[in-house]
Amino acid sequence: MNTGNMQRVVVIGNGMVGYKFCEKLVAKQKNGQRFSLTVFGEEPRVAYDRVHLSAYFADKTADELTLAPESWYAENGIQLYLTDPVVDIDRERREVRSHHGLVVPYDYLVLATGSGAFVPPVAGVEKDGVFVYRTIEDLDLIQSYARRARKGAVMGGGLLGLEAAKALLDLGLEEAHIIEFAPRLMPRQIDDAGSGVLQRQLESLGLTIHLSKNTQQITGEDTIRGIQFADGSILDVDMLIISAGIRPRDELAKASGLDTHPRGGILVDNFLQTSDPTVFAIGECAVAHHMIYGLVAPGYDMAEVVAARLMGEEKEFKPYDMSTKLKLIGTDVGSFGDPFISEPTGRTITYENKAKGIYKRINITPDGKTLLGGILVGDAEQYHMLLQTCKNKTVLPPNPEDLILGSRGGEATSAGGVMGLPDDALICSCEALTKAQLCHEIGENGHTSIDALKKATKACTGCGGCTPLVKDLIQGVLKQQGHYIRNVLCEHLDYTRQELLDLVKINHLKTFDEVLDKFGQGDGCEVCKPAVASLLASLWNENILEQGRATIQDSNDRFLANIQKGGTYSVVPRIPGGEITPDKLIVIGQVAKKYGLYTKITGGQRIDLFGAHVGDLPLIWEELINAGFESGHAYGKSLRTVKSCVGNTWCRFGVQDSVSFAIEVEDRYKGVRSPHKLKSGVSGCIRECAEAQSKDFGIIATEKGWNLYVGGNGGSKPQHAQLLASDVDKETCIRYIDRFLMFYIKTADPLTRTATWLNKMEGGMTYLKAVVVDDVLGIGADLEREMQLLVDTFKCEWKEVVDNPELRKRFTHFVNVPELKDPTVEFATLRDQKRAKEWK
Amino acid sequence: MEALIADKDEITWFLACRVEDVPADGGACVLLNGHQIAIYNFARRGEWYATDNECPHRQQMALSRGMIGSQGDEPKVACPFHKKTFSLRSGQCLNDESYQITTFPVKVTDGMVYIGLE
Ligand SMILES: Cc1cc2nc3c(=O)[nH]c(=O)nc-3n(C[C@H](O)[C@H](O)[C@H](O)COP(=O)(O)OP(=O)(O)OC[C@H]3O[C@@H](n4cnc5c(N)ncnc54)[C@H](O)[C@@H]3O)c2cc1C
Ligand code: SF4
Ligand code: SF4
Ligand code: FES
Repeated sequence: MNTGNMQRVVVIGNGMVGYKFCEKLVAKQKNGQRFSLTVFGEEPRVAYDRVHLSAYFADKTADELTLAPESWYAENGIQLYLTDPVVDIDRERREVRSHHGLVVPYDYLVLATGSGAFVPPVAGVEKDGVFVYRTIEDLDLIQSYARRARKGAVMGGGLLGLEAAKALLDLGLEEAHIIEFAPRLMPRQIDDAGSGVLQRQLESLGLTIHLSKNTQQITGEDTIRGIQFADGSILDVDMLIISAGIRPRDELAKASGLDTHPRGGILVDNFLQTSDPTVFAIGECAVAHHMIYGLVAPGYDMAEVVAARLMGEEKEFKPYDMSTKLKLIGTDVGSFGDPFISEPTGRTITYENKAKGIYKRINITPDGKTLLGGILVGDAEQYHMLLQTCKNKTVLPPNPEDLILGSRGGEATSAGGVMGLPDDALICSCEALTKAQLCHEIGENGHTSIDALKKATKACTGCGGCTPLVKDLIQGVLKQQGHYIRNVLCEHLDYTRQELLDLVKINHLKTFDEVLDKFGQGDGCEVCKPAVASLLASLWNENILEQGRATIQDSNDRFLANIQKGGTYSVVPRIPGGEITPDKLIVIGQVAKKYGLYTKITGGQRIDLFGAHVGDLPLIWEELINAGFESGHAYGKSLRTVKSCVGNTWCRFGVQDSVSFAIEVEDRYKGVRSPHKLKSGVSGCIRECAEAQSKDFGIIATEKGWNLYVGGNGGSKPQHAQLLASDVDKETCIRYIDRFLMFYIKTADPLTRTATWLNKMEGGMTYLKAVVVDDVLGIGADLEREMQLLVDTFKCEWKEVVDNPELRKRFTHFVNVPELKDPTVEFATLRDQKRAKEWK
Repeated sequence: MEALIADKDEITWFLACRVEDVPADGGACVLLNGHQIAIYNFARRGEWYATDNECPHRQQMALSRGMIGSQGDEPKVACPFHKKTFSLRSGQCLNDESYQITTFPVKVTDGMVYIGLE
């Protein structure tokens, strides 16, 4: 390539921001190249997504985290040197020298050296077992060390510290401690009340939290044994991750005489220029507007400004919003605008629900017109809307508390949502995309899927936080254009689940092949096969393993058990309402002992037996069935459990017999296949010990009868069920549940829980009530009849397998050596039981 | 159930199982030479395939329990653990370039299934 008359740009650092700069400059030079690019990176791999670093412990590989493959640099004429940090800048001669001795001249130099973990000068930090959390290499070290460790701690209760602590738990450590110097968690983002709620949530995840702790030294010989605090107390740990803040990598800049901040960081002006006009600094190594921006979005903005200015565009780096939303930690936390402002400059509205672990605070101007900032803990659903409302200074509704409380009274309103935001609202802050730009791409350029938009605009590719808003925007624009939005199954079946269900029913189809021959193309896949399997079961309720239906079931359904880490299965017998006789308990114990199974009480009041070899499943079930058990359908998209409290048979507060009703409900709906799993609960009085309001349908006893709630959810997106009917008798209650469930089964998209289905329903709860209670569509009787058919045709799938030698044969690992179990299955021991071996 | 048949083109064919041991449009696992091999009876296309049983993503012995299907014309299997899908022809992972499994030739004669190993 001819670089003769081109100016040379050298980039030091191939991290997130350094890469973004290359990408921006390449894009801007599409119509004529003016600069040649050389990049030096210290790490052994090309730039990757540090923001999602923790996903490396879950299911992402290093390659999946890569921002652009090495080939991308070559294709765009970028000279890339990895594992070769720059060690010297000669500003007189305008050249840099690398560790390997390479000398490269520059016209412009861009410092994107990022930051390293700040390690406080505590005695003993050099010991084995002390780590930082910054690079893939750090994570590799942590992961391999964690295999031998039982107790771990993280120093620092900030954003990153909490993420690292959660990772320790996920790595299988028995104890994970968080040590924070300040009297609260995330001291820069949330207040004391928020920290209190967050602390309880984290404790319920299994983390132990120590606040106001001043670490004095790390004890142990060569290897860490414990941490000693200034107050004299000692915490025994096998490993420690230090996450006490970041230290900008300004050493190179300092050595070459560039101005740096006394507390670290390279000083730059509004154009990211250092004290030498040919040298820029961007990302976490730069101090702009008197601060280090430790987030990726402002870093990307800096990259854009420098690339633009090199190309002669007018651009300036403006002070950036430091709002944050914590991900990955199992509980939502959000902080935006000015989270701490209070009287007299602002008014504060707070909402706290200790029982549910929710804390919300908003700060508004004294006239109540605009939002200044706020804090969300436990439920950050409204985070993006609030952030936008705050940034855009949108005029608030007359009752600003509605912003955090939602419109009360159970009636869902079709809120203005993202379509109500102004055109210049920033939707994707990482890529600086406004609502107007995205709407244009969706509406005019036809990028109507997230994937297409990602390709066209890079929206959602940074921190990913804007994805829900962008999804809503796509739906909103399509709806505005009068499109009917169809969620078709996949390339093989161009129908929505609801359309297909009607077609299958009218044509009386009973196998996957019949459905595909008549309405589809190709050979099916892992998306449409289980979807069709589910609707065949919902319509005809025939054994899911017969007539070639076995191989279209998800693996769990195919083996009527849940596949677990390592390839063994778990067995869950049905225990309706959570009520069990001593004799049956003994049988479970005996079976578990005989087949060497790990036993655990589930959240749904039953007992899960883990670690069964596929070949043992029929034997195990044979014994359970002989003792009177039935399949618990824990593997299926169907009713799991109906959790119950003990009710008025024992409880002094109870007003009805909740256990009997729970058993009746569980027996009625067991085995019914649905778009997703179903959970239920029955409480004997309003104290709600069975947590019925977190279920797909929940029942709470009243003095006069029963209240029925629907559309609740636990899991990662908790949501309260809403009241469908109050003070009804048992028969009416069952009728409404029949109608509700059948309506859901017939109209929901695959793998959509009732909560999501209801949230998306036009008209929401008001409409659902009209259909189920007032029967405005006139389908009530049909729905009841269809449900009754499913109830009448129930058969225990496991009993059918146990009694059928042909079906039994399928439960072997090796078909050519049926008696041999999978020799690669391995277990570890934990608290006198076994556990699955860790992923490799 | 092991037997060796020498073939002209230097592949050694091993008797793996009977046709009815592998469910139509599904897979089953056999142990050959200490190696776990997944065999798929793609009845819808009248084709047979064989691959490693181990999924390279988390080293799980699971592909024989995966669901088979197609993407365009490419026959594929989806791992039941995290739904990585692999071409049954080339073994290339279709939703993550960094993974690859080995495929083996399959021959069906007289109701018996044979796998060709190098
Ligand atoms: C676990 C974790 C979670 C995070 N979560 C979030 C989040 O949710 N949201 C968010 O906005 N931000 C988050 N961040 C912060 C975000 O990752 C950083 O803001 C971003 O990576 C900064 O990019 P950068 O290019 O400035 O620095 P880096 O990505 O650190 O890149 C700097 C690179 O320069 C290299 N380098 C240094 N000196 C030299 C030299 N002399 N020669 C050559 N190369 C050199 C370094 O080795 C490094 O590879 C998170 C960070 C971590 C560690
Ligand atoms: S919900 Fe009411 S009846 Fe049931 S256990 Fe709690 S207090 Fe007792
Ligand atoms: S049981 Fe549920 S919550 Fe627990 S690890 Fe598995 S998927 Fe996650
Ligand atoms: S183990 Fe196969 S996809 Fe993860």
